[in-house]
Amino acid sequence: MQKTLLLGDEAIAQAFIDAGGSAINSYPGTPSTQITEYVIKSKEAKAKNIVANWCSNEKTALEASLGVAYAGKRAMTCMKHVGLNVCGDPFMNAAIIGTKGVLIVVADDPSMFSSQDEQDSRYYGHWAMIPMLEPSNQQEAYDMVFFGYELSEKLGTPILMRIPTRLAHSRAGVERREALPQNPISYPNDPKSFVLLPVNAKRLYRELIDKQPLFTKSSEESGYNRYIAGADKKLGIITTGIAYNYLMENYPDGHCPYPVVKITQYPLPYSLLSKLYDECDSLLVLEDGQPFVEEHIKGFLGKGKPVHGRLDETIRRDGELNAEKVAKALGKPMESGAAVPAVVTNRPPALCAGCPHIDSYEAVIEVMKQYEHGRVFGDIGCYTLGFNMGAINTTVCMGASITMAKGAAEMGIFPSLAVIGDGTFGHSGMTGLLDCVNEKANVVVMILDNDITAMTGGQPSSANMKLFNICKGLGVDPDHIRTIVPLKKNHEEFKKILEEEIAYNGVSVIIPQRVCIVENKKRVSAK
Amino acid sequence: MKKDIILCGVGGDGIVSVAKIISDAALKLGMNVKQSEIHGMSQRGGSVFSHLRISSEPIFSDVIPEGKADIILSSEPMEALRYLPFLSPEGWVITNSDPFINITNYPAMEQVNAELGKLKHCVSFNANEIAKQLHARGNMVLLGAAAPYLGIDFAELEEAICNIFGRKGQEVVDTNIAAIRAGRDAK
Repeated sequence: MQKTLLLGDEAIAQAFIDAGGSAINSYPGTPSTQITEYVIKSKEAKAKNIVANWCSNEKTALEASLGVAYAGKRAMTCMKHVGLNVCGDPFMNAAIIGTKGVLIVVADDPSMFSSQDEQDSRYYGHWAMIPMLEPSNQQEAYDMVFFGYELSEKLGTPILMRIPTRLAHSRAGVERREALPQNPISYPNDPKSFVLLPVNAKRLYRELIDKQPLFTKSSEESGYNRYIAGADKKLGIITTGIAYNYLMENYPDGHCPYPVVKITQYPLPYSLLSKLYDECDSLLVLEDGQPFVEEHIKGFLGKGKPVHGRLDETIRRDGELNAEKVAKALGKPMESGAAVPAVVTNRPPALCAGCPHIDSYEAVIEVMKQYEHGRVFGDIGCYTLGFNMGAINTTVCMGASITMAKGAAEMGIFPSLAVIGDGTFGHSGMTGLLDCVNEKANVVVMILDNDITAMTGGQPSSANMKLFNICKGLGVDPDHIRTIVPLKKNHEEFKKILEEEIAYNGVSVIIPQRVCIVENKKRVSAK
Repeated sequence: MKKDIILCGVGGDGIVSVAKIISDAALKLGMNVKQSEIHGMSQRGGSVFSHLRISSEPIFSDVIPEGKADIILSSEPMEALRYLPFLSPEGWVITNSDPFINITNYPAMEQVNAELGKLKHCVSFNANEIAKQLHARGNMVLLGAAAPYLGIDFAELEEAICNIFGRKGQEVVDTNIAAIRAGRDAK
C-alpha cells in the first residue's frame, strides 16, 4: 500500500477518522493544533458526518468528549501540555468514571519551542491512574489510535496519548488500515457510572484501583513494549517514545550492543524492566521530557544498581533529547560541525509587519510612559511578543492578564492594564473579568481583537463578534467599553481613549479591532 | 542512498514547501522520509528551519545530528550560516544571496559573503531576482539549484511539483517547473 506522508499530528487525525471516531473536540495549542485542523478540513471526515469542533477551551472540549462517550461513541480531545492543566478536573474524573472510548492526545513541548514550560503529561496520566501511550514514530502513532480505542473500550478507561513536538511536527510515510465503522449510539450499562456522588465515586475509585493489574498486564503483553536483547550487559537502556530513535541514530547498522527496553505503553511493564535490572550492571534511562520513568526506577532513596539519566544530569535535565545528548551519555565520540560564525546575529520571532497589535502597543507604550509605577499584564498569544517592544510586564498562563491586573490594582498598582487577545479572552478571560466587575477593580482591560486565534494559525475565536455584548453582560458599564481600529491614523484617538479609561476609577474595557494581517492575506487570496 | 538536508530561512517565507516537494519525490521512489518543522510562536518572522532526511535505509531520529547534514538549503544568506554546525565537512550550502532584513543589527553583507566564501562547497546566488522574472517564488529556484546534490532525478522533482500543485491548476505547475529549471541552469 502506498504510504502517505503525514505529520505525527496528521497521522493521529487520520487514524481517528479511520478508527471509527465520531467526534473530535479540542482547543488549539502548539504543537497539537494540526490534529483537529486535519479532521476539520478532511472531506472523508465530512462524508462520515464526524463532528470536528474547536471549543472555547480544553475543559469545555474534554467535557464534550465525555458526552460523546456517554452516547457510546469514540471521542478525541487534543491539546498542548499546558492545556491539560486547564482540563485537569474532567481529566481526573473521567478516570474515576472509567470512561470508554475517549482518547486524550496531549502534545508536550520539550525545549519550549512555543510554550511557557516543559511539563511532562505522563505525570498526569500516572496521577489519574490510566493507561498511556507514547508512540515512537508516526506509523506507531497511527496504529496506537486504533489500539487505544480498543483498550479504552475493553478495560473501561480513558487513554492518554502523549507526543512531543518532534513527533507532532515531523512528517513520515504512514500506511493506513482499513477503516472501521463508527459505534452505534448507546447508553451506559450502569446508570450510576457517570454520577460521581461520593457513594458512587468511592466504589468507582476502588474499581479503578482494581483495574491497575489489568493495565499493567496489557503493557506487558500488547507487544508495544519490547525487550530487545544485547550482548553487553554492563549497561541496560530504557527508552520511552521517540527517545528510542535518538538511541538508534547512534548505531547506524541498527544494532545496539546493550539490552534495551523500548517503552511506548504505560503503566510501566514490570516484568520487562525487572529482567533488565537483574541482568545489567547499571541502567540508563532515555526520555524526551522530564525524568518520569527514571524517578520510578530509581526510587526516592536511589539505592540498588546505578540508574543514570536526567536526574543525575548524565543527560541535561532541561531541553529536548537528541542523538548527540545520547551519544554523550553513552560515552561515544562526539562529532560536531563548524561553529556559528560570529557575524550571525539573532533573529527572534516578532510581530508581523502591519500587525494590528503593533499599533495597539505603540499607544500603550506612549501612554504608560507617564506612569512610572503603572504596569501592563500580558497574556498568551502572538501579542506576548510585545515584551520585545517593552510593552508588557508579565506573561504567565491563559487568562492571567485580567486576574493579575485585578490583584495588582487592589494592592495599589496604578494604572493596572491587562492585555489579552480575543481568543484567549474566550478561553479563560471572561470569568476573570466578572471578578473585576464584582469587586469594582480599577483596571483597564484591553481585548486585542484580530478576529481569529492567530498564534496557532488562524482558528476561529470562540468570542468572535460577541466581545462587546459579553463584557456588557458581565456587568461592565457600556460607557466604558470602547472600541477603536488600531491604525496609525487613529494613534492620537487611541491614546486619548486609553487616558480617559485610566482616569476612570472602575472596570474599563478597550477593544482594538482589526483583522490579523496574515489572516487578512489568506482571505484576500481566497477570494 | 541517504541525504540529510537542513532547510532554513525566515518565518513565513515558505521554505517548508520545498521540503514537501523533495519528500514527495523521495516517497514515490520508495525511500524513507522524515521531515520536521516548527510551528507556533517561533515561526513569526524569526529564524526557522526544517530537518529533511531521505534514505533507502530506515531513518531513526526526526532531526539531523550536528555535523551530519549533506546539504543546507537556505532562502536567506545569514540563515545559511546559522545552521553550519549541522553541516558535514563535505556538505554543500545552497543559499539565496538576497538578504531578508527585518532586524536592526543585520550584519554587513560583505561579512556575510566573506563567511560564505570560506565554505568548501557553496552555491550562493540571487534566487529572488530569477524568481521575479518568472513570477515564481525564490524557494523553487533554490530547489532547482540544489537538485544536482539531492540524489533524485530532476524529472522526479518535476513530477512531485505536478502532484503537489496540480490542484491549483496547470499555470501554477508550469510556473514552478520553470522556476526549478531556471535554478538548475543558474550557475
